[in-house]
Amino acid sequence: MSKRIIIDNDLLQIMLDRLCQQLIESHDDFSNTVILALQPRGVATGLRIHKKLEKATKKKIDLGYLDATFFRDDFRRQAGPLRANATKVPFLIEGKRVILVDDVLYTGRTVRAAMDAMMAFGRPKDVELLVVIDRKYSRDIPIQPNYVGREVMCQESEKVVVDIKEIEDKKELIWLVKK
Amino acid sequence: MSQLSVKHLLGIKDLTLKDIELILETATQFKEVINRPIKKVPSLRDVTIANVFFENSTRTRLSFELAQKRLSADTINFSAAASSVKKGETLLDTVNNILAMKVDMIVMRHASVGAPHFLSKHIKANIINAGDGTHEHPTQALLDSFSIKEKLGSVAGKKVCIFGDILHSRVALSNIFALKKQGAEVMVCGPATLIPKFIADLGVKVEFDLRKALLWCDVANVLRIQLERQTIKYFPTLREYAQYYGINKQLLDSLNKEIVIMHPGPINRGVELSSDVADSGHSIILDQVENGVAVRMAVMYLLAGNK
Repeated sequence: MSKRIIIDNDLLQIMLDRLCQQLIESHDDFSNTVILALQPRGVATGLRIHKKLEKATKKKIDLGYLDATFFRDDFRRQAGPLRANATKVPFLIEGKRVILVDDVLYTGRTVRAAMDAMMAFGRPKDVELLVVIDRKYSRDIPIQPNYVGREVMCQESEKVVVDIKEIEDKKELIWLVKK
Repeated sequence: MSQLSVKHLLGIKDLTLKDIELILETATQFKEVINRPIKKVPSLRDVTIANVFFENSTRTRLSFELAQKRLSADTINFSAAASSVKKGETLLDTVNNILAMKVDMIVMRHASVGAPHFLSKHIKANIINAGDGTHEHPTQALLDSFSIKEKLGSVAGKKVCIFGDILHSRVALSNIFALKKQGAEVMVCGPATLIPKFIADLGVKVEFDLRKALLWCDVANVLRIQLERQTIKYFPTLREYAQYYGINKQLLDSLNKEIVIMHPGPINRGVELSSDVADSGHSIILDQVENGVAVRMAVMYLLAGNK
């Protein structure tokens, strides 16, 4: 197993700042927008972006954690069930603009499941997707992100590991790992 | 990936500590699901479950049925009273006929000890034991552990006393296994005639004095006197039982300590528990019922998830 850094710490911080600027550009003061971070690996990114946005807009923004495990389409098709994580959405998304946040967009199946899971909390006005890494040309279903940190082209035998921490850290990096 | 080490839930005895922890952790997520505005997830939409009840039940059966509906499973219900069992069909034939209709999972309650174990050796579907005679009632023990964990933060190190008819209780046996595996201290308390011989071999303390047992424990799991299973007299009268082993507010107040009161239901008010205790702030009896749905969802989800 070999691994190499594809995005270093400096670039990662610039990327997160840029994503926040793009969000502010289209969501104004976030008065009608909520952020849903996908469990488990979208949570750290969600927290970081949420913190930056609250600082920039000087407003309180709703942040929830959404787990899509019970909505997955591969249940009973794998060796065993996946471990479920906590869903914490202490608000309704009825009529709201929702930003889904995840680390890597690969086949798109998790995002599809998340959109199903999200509907239990109301009918949103619109839904957007933010991902740190978009693995190009690897989609199983037609789902495209609205905000992308970096597009990456890699093989199926490779894996992108996004090591973003909940609190800013000099060790934050993005790796390309050969399985 | 996280899966159970068993294909059927026949008893707590067969589960590992890891299995119990996985079920309780998954149940925590399902408890959040059943408190949402839309209480349903699609996980088991291609699974058919038969609830086969050869013995009466209200709570357990409703709880299983609700859990199945929340998971989007298709369900059929069968009760022995209105079936061909009365015409002399054997258990295996009855179940095989149900399975021929493409059923994936069987939830069974039976008056005979070992009935689900027998079935598990002969059929392919997943089996969940919803109570077999005086043997085990695993989902009740799991929901009891879940409720203790929710109330007190953990099960390990807690002192739990089970009161009442230990001899005829499947809830007691399953609870003893579950609590011991999770590192709790367990005591049983009741009249000597209703405490099975050699129960201390399971690693539990035995106490015949209600007050001493209450002084010892953090959690009191109070059981019903199962008159329907008692073929001989184990104590003179219910009134006398209530006098020696009934828990009332006056008694609890005199102990000067906090005790969590649990009961698997149905309660015989005025016998094992007085109304002012059953309805008090110490009682988590209705939480147990709510948690029952979440725990059963977790069990069925995890069993069905294995390919």
